[in-house]
Amino acid sequence: MALAEQTREAPPTWEAVLHEWVATVDHKRIGILYILMAVVFLVVAGIQALLMRWQLIVPRNTFLSPQVFNQMFTMHGTTMVFFMGMPILIGLGNFVVPLQIGARDMAFPRLNALGFWVSLFGGLLVYFSFLTGSAPDFGWFAYAPLTERTFARGPATEFWALGLIVSGIGTITAAVNFIATILGMRAPGMTLWKVPFFTWTILWTAVQILFAIPPLTAGLFLVLFDRQLGTHFFDPHTGGSAYLWQHLFWFFGHPEVYILILPAFGMIAEVIPVFSRKVLFGYEFMAAATMAIVFISLSVWAHHMFCVGMSRKLDLFFAASSLLVSIPTGIKMFNWLATMYGGKLWMASPMLFACGFLSMFLIGGLTGIMLAAAPFNFQLSDSYFVVGHFHWVLIGGTIFATFAGLHYWYPKATGRMLSERVARWQFGLLLIGFILTFGPMHIAGMLGMPRRIYTYDADRGWDLWNQLATIGGLIQAPSYLLFVYNITASLWKGRPAGDNPWDAWTLEWATTSPPPSYNFEEIPTVHSRRPLWDLRHPDDPDWQYE
Amino acid sequence: MNGPLLLALSEGSPQNLSIFDPVSPPAESIHHLSILVLSITAGIFLVVESILIYSLLRFRRRYVPGTSEPPQVYGSMPIEIAWTAAPALVVFVLTLVIARTEWEVRVDPNNLSPELKDAKALHVRVVGHQWWWEFNYDRYGDEKLDFVTANELHVPASHRAERSERRPVFLTLQSVDVAHSFWVPRLAGKTDLIPGRTNDMWFETEHTGLFVGQCAEYCGTQHANMLLRVYVDSPEEFTRWLTDQKKEARGGDDAELRKGKEVFLAQSCINCHRVRGTSARGTFGPDLTHLMSRDTLGSGVIENDRAGKRLREWIADPQKIKPGCLMPAFGLSESDLDRVTRYLASLE
Repeated sequence: MALAEQTREAPPTWEAVLHEWVATVDHKRIGILYILMAVVFLVVAGIQALLMRWQLIVPRNTFLSPQVFNQMFTMHGTTMVFFMGMPILIGLGNFVVPLQIGARDMAFPRLNALGFWVSLFGGLLVYFSFLTGSAPDFGWFAYAPLTERTFARGPATEFWALGLIVSGIGTITAAVNFIATILGMRAPGMTLWKVPFFTWTILWTAVQILFAIPPLTAGLFLVLFDRQLGTHFFDPHTGGSAYLWQHLFWFFGHPEVYILILPAFGMIAEVIPVFSRKVLFGYEFMAAATMAIVFISLSVWAHHMFCVGMSRKLDLFFAASSLLVSIPTGIKMFNWLATMYGGKLWMASPMLFACGFLSMFLIGGLTGIMLAAAPFNFQLSDSYFVVGHFHWVLIGGTIFATFAGLHYWYPKATGRMLSERVARWQFGLLLIGFILTFGPMHIAGMLGMPRRIYTYDADRGWDLWNQLATIGGLIQAPSYLLFVYNITASLWKGRPAGDNPWDAWTLEWATTSPPPSYNFEEIPTVHSRRPLWDLRHPDDPDWQYE
Repeated sequence: MNGPLLLALSEGSPQNLSIFDPVSPPAESIHHLSILVLSITAGIFLVVESILIYSLLRFRRRYVPGTSEPPQVYGSMPIEIAWTAAPALVVFVLTLVIARTEWEVRVDPNNLSPELKDAKALHVRVVGHQWWWEFNYDRYGDEKLDFVTANELHVPASHRAERSERRPVFLTLQSVDVAHSFWVPRLAGKTDLIPGRTNDMWFETEHTGLFVGQCAEYCGTQHANMLLRVYVDSPEEFTRWLTDQKKEARGGDDAELRKGKEVFLAQSCINCHRVRGTSARGTFGPDLTHLMSRDTLGSGVIENDRAGKRLREWIADPQKIKPGCLMPAFGLSESDLDRVTRYLASLE
């Protein structure tokens, strides 16, 4: 120890820094590693998206071959869901949750490090398929029998399936770790009913992960068995079932959507109260709504399959259960608005992104109601309307909320403030570019344009909508680069943040920025959901109202 | 984003695929439902977005850290119950409307309503292939049919007001390889063709003319060019078309055509293609018996001109026109190419 303090004088060599980060078991560093991994994959998959948009800007374009285009949308979808969406949310959870509940680290720090490295390795494994000459080209939901040897001859499918199995293991370890941490390591006085809302949503996201990922892993093993061992699970010509894969996949696939949105809800429920200077309206209902979403969403998966010819009664069941999700989601929306109402709205960058989330996610939710209406879905399913819809939910919802969270917690993680000016430009470009990219897709879909087509004829009347979408993509792209610039440049140029720059109320703001490796010198005792509010207002503490 | 606006926008283009311009009962029922759903969601949108914008304008104040805080409101049971119950009511009503539409759109072919049962229905078995459509004509009214065409579906127009003049179309949907989806937006919503399963769908329209669509489930390399054309003919025209299609292939009358036929039959063309009345009996590719009765080639990817110009280009190298498609270039000599083209162009 004494030796370490003496050598602290000289700046550490880059090898030492690298070694420290690679060997770390500190939840904060692992969280940051997850986020960096996600940002890298975001840029890669973003480039893939731009290539596709460029191909579609005019009818019968020959910029990309059909083979390359099909690989691009497969890799874009796979990357964004597994190697960008989940890692960035798990990363934020990793960084924030132990701080928010007053713990010194996650319950299993080594498992935590394993989870990250395994997830990263899974991502790289999928990308190794490029080295074999071709990436997978069957779409991110890989409908059987396109994944059978007959239709996918090269080894790309093996890389894809193994990569997802491996990264799935990482995701499951993260989920187990979150559950153990949140159930077992809360500060004294913090009952489960008093955890900060982001922590609450991470808890239920982790539960959701444990329901959703194993069926996918099982399905992927069956794909590999078919290909390597000569089984026939998904080969209809020898008694297998192509239809079975769709059920297995969507039993994972729809809960996955909620895995990507629940932590976003959590971040919005942190940011809106702090920047409205009001306590979260209706915490209990919000908490219950989160649980309701988790359980209802386990019985909605076949709304992705309305066109496969299920019975009318099954169609109706899945339509009704999908519509039910809108009730708890509506509760959340209304409670956020009620929190803002009558507050003092401080429009700093996190709040800006949170308001972007409220107005955009609303639209994604409403187009979701249209898709849940089974007969309407017969027209909309697998059209560009769907592409518009889920990007509206994943960018308008998850990405806007994640940017709100990243701008909110960046000062805590680095001790520096982000540039507000760059953040405002980033927000403006993102909002305009995003609406322009995905708005016209809804219209193209209703005019009959199916998704996943590498080209189209001029006489179909889809040119204008595709041109607008491509222009939107070109406007969106610099906004992500501005973000990368901002988080890099602010490390040196950012204003020092202090412990609590937003005057927020949860425990992570009670320690220094950045926090020491042990987080808190003394584990605090809490009495309410807003411990720092209680400290500041001893005359009128929160616990009397909870 | 409402119906009439989209309709206006789509009118300028020569092909209309708008789901808001339906011409057949399933598409019409869906259209009605969609207007209701769009109205409800537009209402919710306006209310919620107005509250958000009002709050942003009204309560935007500069907060100086450490200054006085606004009144803290922790929640309200009656308000929470109200905004749980109101959406629940909307969900309930929507579910009922969805149920009604679902039963209108997806009729059970084994348990038809009396009007549809008595009608002179056309039954076609559609088989999806990578990347083209096979149409097996099974039955028209009481008449049994037994011929196969590809990519361009001809059906008779119906007259819905009169029971004896109704001519609905029932499709049985299957696939030989991967999943596909049959989608002609103005006629009906999509129904998938899944290997190992048999699905069905129906439509019925009074409008004659061409209705275009395409495969809507990703099915591999050339998914984008698995185009679909439905021709709705007047009942008389349709009967004429049927009579022509039932005949075996003509052709091979003069010496030149006979030579072309010989080349065609000597090559591996016949492993995949059928020309009824000859020894070409392949089933992997489209039936060519009446090739020239079709307006397009390669599942709608290029025009099928009468002179056979595009047909010759297609035979010479399909990979140039539809890269990745399952028909290879055979490396025929220029003269053989001319002969085969001339023979195939005679298959009217």
